[in-house]
Amino acid sequence: MTEARGPIVQFCFDRVIPVGTILLVIIALWYVFSVVLNAPFERDQAARAGTTIATSQLLHNTMWQERPVLPAPHQVAEEIRKTVFDLRPTSKRSLVYHGAVTLSSTLLGFVLGTLLGILLAVAIVHSRTLDKSLMPWIITSQTVPILAIAPMIIVVLNAVNITGLLPKAIISTYLSFFPVAVGMVKGLRSPEIMHLDLMRTYNASRSQIFWKLRWPASMPYLFTSMKIAVAISLVGAIVGELPTGAVAGIGARLLAGSYYGQTVQIWAALIAAALMAAVLVSLIGIVGSLVNRRMGVRS
Amino acid sequence: MKRSPLAILSLLLALGGLILPAGGDGGVLAQMAPTVIFVAAAVAVFVARSTFSLVALLLLVHVGAFMLLGMLSSFAAAPPLLGYWCMVVAAWLLAWLAVQRLAEFTVTSRQLQKLVNLALPLLFGAWLLILWELVVRGFGVPTILLPPPSMIASRIAASVPTLWADFQQTYLKAALAGYAMGCGAGFVAAIIVDRVPFLRNGLLPIGNLVAALPVVGIAPIMVMWFGSYWQSKAAVVVIMTFFPMLVNTVAGLAASGAMERDLMRTYGSSYWQTLVKLRLPAAMPFIFNALKINSTLALIGAIVAEFFGSPIVGMGFRISAEVGRMNVDMVWAEIFVAALAGSLSYGLITLVERAVTFWHPSYRT
Repeated sequence: MTEARGPIVQFCFDRVIPVGTILLVIIALWYVFSVVLNAPFERDQAARAGTTIATSQLLHNTMWQERPVLPAPHQVAEEIRKTVFDLRPTSKRSLVYHGAVTLSSTLLGFVLGTLLGILLAVAIVHSRTLDKSLMPWIITSQTVPILAIAPMIIVVLNAVNITGLLPKAIISTYLSFFPVAVGMVKGLRSPEIMHLDLMRTYNASRSQIFWKLRWPASMPYLFTSMKIAVAISLVGAIVGELPTGAVAGIGARLLAGSYYGQTVQIWAALIAAALMAAVLVSLIGIVGSLVNRRMGVRS
Repeated sequence: MKRSPLAILSLLLALGGLILPAGGDGGVLAQMAPTVIFVAAAVAVFVARSTFSLVALLLLVHVGAFMLLGMLSSFAAAPPLLGYWCMVVAAWLLAWLAVQRLAEFTVTSRQLQKLVNLALPLLFGAWLLILWELVVRGFGVPTILLPPPSMIASRIAASVPTLWADFQQTYLKAALAGYAMGCGAGFVAAIIVDRVPFLRNGLLPIGNLVAALPVVGIAPIMVMWFGSYWQSKAAVVVIMTFFPMLVNTVAGLAASGAMERDLMRTYGSSYWQTLVKLRLPAAMPFIFNALKINSTLALIGAIVAEFFGSPIVGMGFRISAEVGRMNVDMVWAEIFVAALAGSLSYGLITLVERAVTFWHPSYRT
């Protein structure tokens, strides 16, 4: 048995040290791979110049290539620092500008999708016809690669003069309402029969049962599925930006980087997207645990 | 007998269909369709609920719907008039009523109940297609915005070889190979992670995070590394499927109860015996959950990766190329193939899951 430790020390042992170690290992591996993958190019350059390259020089060069196969972590960090802090946020090259474009359509789509998902779930729980006829289709449509047709939706909506934020938000809505609908149906059905019977003995109306029992009971399910929904609507927004001729947004940065072989730019955009996803998911997690605590849910 | 407001509304609309002009050149169908729909509405309103009236309603409303579909070709010159739309809405309401009554229909035989449960979503889907066709062609929506289902179906029938070649390239080569490698690697990694608590504490939060990341974003990098053939798509799929499998399997390995594990210990069973005989079977629901999630992800990953560069075959390539040429019906044909492939693989995994986890409470009746 382990001896009793304070909660902070315990947290360090359980989380900080293992996660930190794994992160350090990942970064170390990243450096190793960047040297290994970029070395052939340097050797090739040296061979063309008719010289051989010293190992120390090779190490240095592989980490500072202009267009590396795999950029070293510090190159990506430098690119992010440059595009986030050195440029004005309104500049077309600023990552903040592109991130804001993606974030706005993500959030719009996420809010619309969550509302739609909740509405559908409420309808399904209260209507036997919808439950039996619509629910199988909701599950089936989850197997459809909606993301793959996202570019088509964008192009088609552009053809009828719907441009800007809305088409991308529509894709995010389409993607994010599924997890919310499925999770909320489960959540609204989570009260036990005994509780429902109790409400019936109180002569509670349908709306009273809904607001006083079903809705509070579904809160943990709502936030769990909202976490999935926000992550997937970010993916939808990024993929939705791919075909718009690479104008603005994280997806446009990815596409432009892949056209011009700017690997550092691709990686910087990827890391930015990852950070954004992490922040969004953990924000919803925090709100969720606050709401759950107010609702009296014990973890 | 209580009459539902929906039925009365549909009767009024059907009456409108009888009186108001429908437009078009008025063939035999244009004369018969209003009558059929009116009779269907009358059945819904006036005949008491019974098996007979339900069957009659179902039959009449579908005959009426097919007559409406048949009338569409006569609207080439002029758009349909109000009478036609009255009939469309009436038919839709009646179909809704029929499905509602079918859902409330109590059958004693279990096999018949299964049939009814299967028929409900099928009817719903069929009506989605019927309304799509009626509305898109009736309003003359430009096909570039939304082609009618009949146009998509004829495009599918006309280009089976192309679709098959694309399917082979994207699904059979890229998605399946990546799926197998990603799920396999995730499974093995989960067993290792489960064995080493330090790794579990360190890797799981990262795995949870990565599972939420926009992993499709690595597609351009993979295309740069592995070239534009199917290997790069498989690589994207491997990375996309690895983490859901890892996270779910680790959660599943923790699912067996302490009492059962103690029992295994009293039997003196080794780590591997406990793993194979207790913990892996207990983890199966979680593993199949990951397999299901991954089956969708694999197809998405393979298709999206093709947007960043591919040979001139493949579903993603075809979608982006035909969008550029505004051949939207071909795009929809590819979407149909993708949806079909996705649903079938999902269904297949569900069947295997039922066979493997027959003991799980959700499958016991």
